[in-house]
Amino acid sequence: MHWLIEFTLFTVMIVAALVALGLRNLLAAVVTLNIFSFMVASTMVSLGAIDVAFTEAVVGAGAVGVFNIVAILLTSRKSLD
Amino acid sequence: MTPTRVDACHIEGMKSQTDSPIIHVCARGLAPVILIIGLYVFFHGHYSPGGGFQGGVLLAASFLLLRMTLGTQISQLVMPSRLTITLSAIGALIFAGTGLVAIFAGGNFLDYGFLPVPWFDPAYLRNYAILFIELGVTLTVMATLVSIYDDLLEA
Repeated sequence: MHWLIEFTLFTVMIVAALVALGLRNLLAAVVTLNIFSFMVASTMVSLGAIDVAFTEAVVGAGAVGVFNIVAILLTSRKSLD
Repeated sequence: MTPTRVDACHIEGMKSQTDSPIIHVCARGLAPVILIIGLYVFFHGHYSPGGGFQGGVLLAASFLLLRMTLGTQISQLVMPSRLTITLSAIGALIFAGTGLVAIFAGGNFLDYGFLPVPWFDPAYLRNYAILFIELGVTLTVMATLVSIYDDLLEA
């Protein structure tokens, strides 16, 4: 039963990473990267590393997302390539 | 610089990203809760998951939420921009200063048992000195993240 949870987490993580690479809208890409980061944190909880999961959730899904959004607001919303 | 009227929507020259009152009310309600959770994580850091770094990032997230929704100018009331670098230096000074005091008292770097606080049992001294170290880490992380945000907006 436990492998099912981890399999779902890994699937959503990999799909979110691939979608974030392919998106043209950079704001949507940042939100997808936050989903990826949250899935990494959930995987760490499932592996029993609560402290690593806490750091990943706070930094990866919180502070880095804010800084990426500010960088997008200062440059452009669309990717050029 | 201090606005007399704390109504975020109608101040000239304010760098606010939105004028929606729903987002303003939600951010104002959410920011103190994040602040309390950050303090909880900081104070329970030495015997449960969490600690100085995570608590500092949570405190910074509360200030960054206010800065993103209400604008940079009005959130100077909560966390002034001119204080951030000073607070970060004070935090690093607390961390390194505690270690250096332990060296001068005869121990190794950050050897809490050698700190010259005579009215504490050495076990309690180690317990509370870890909390003091975490205070420095929290201050530095919080102030540095807010300072990075301010510098990004000024660029």
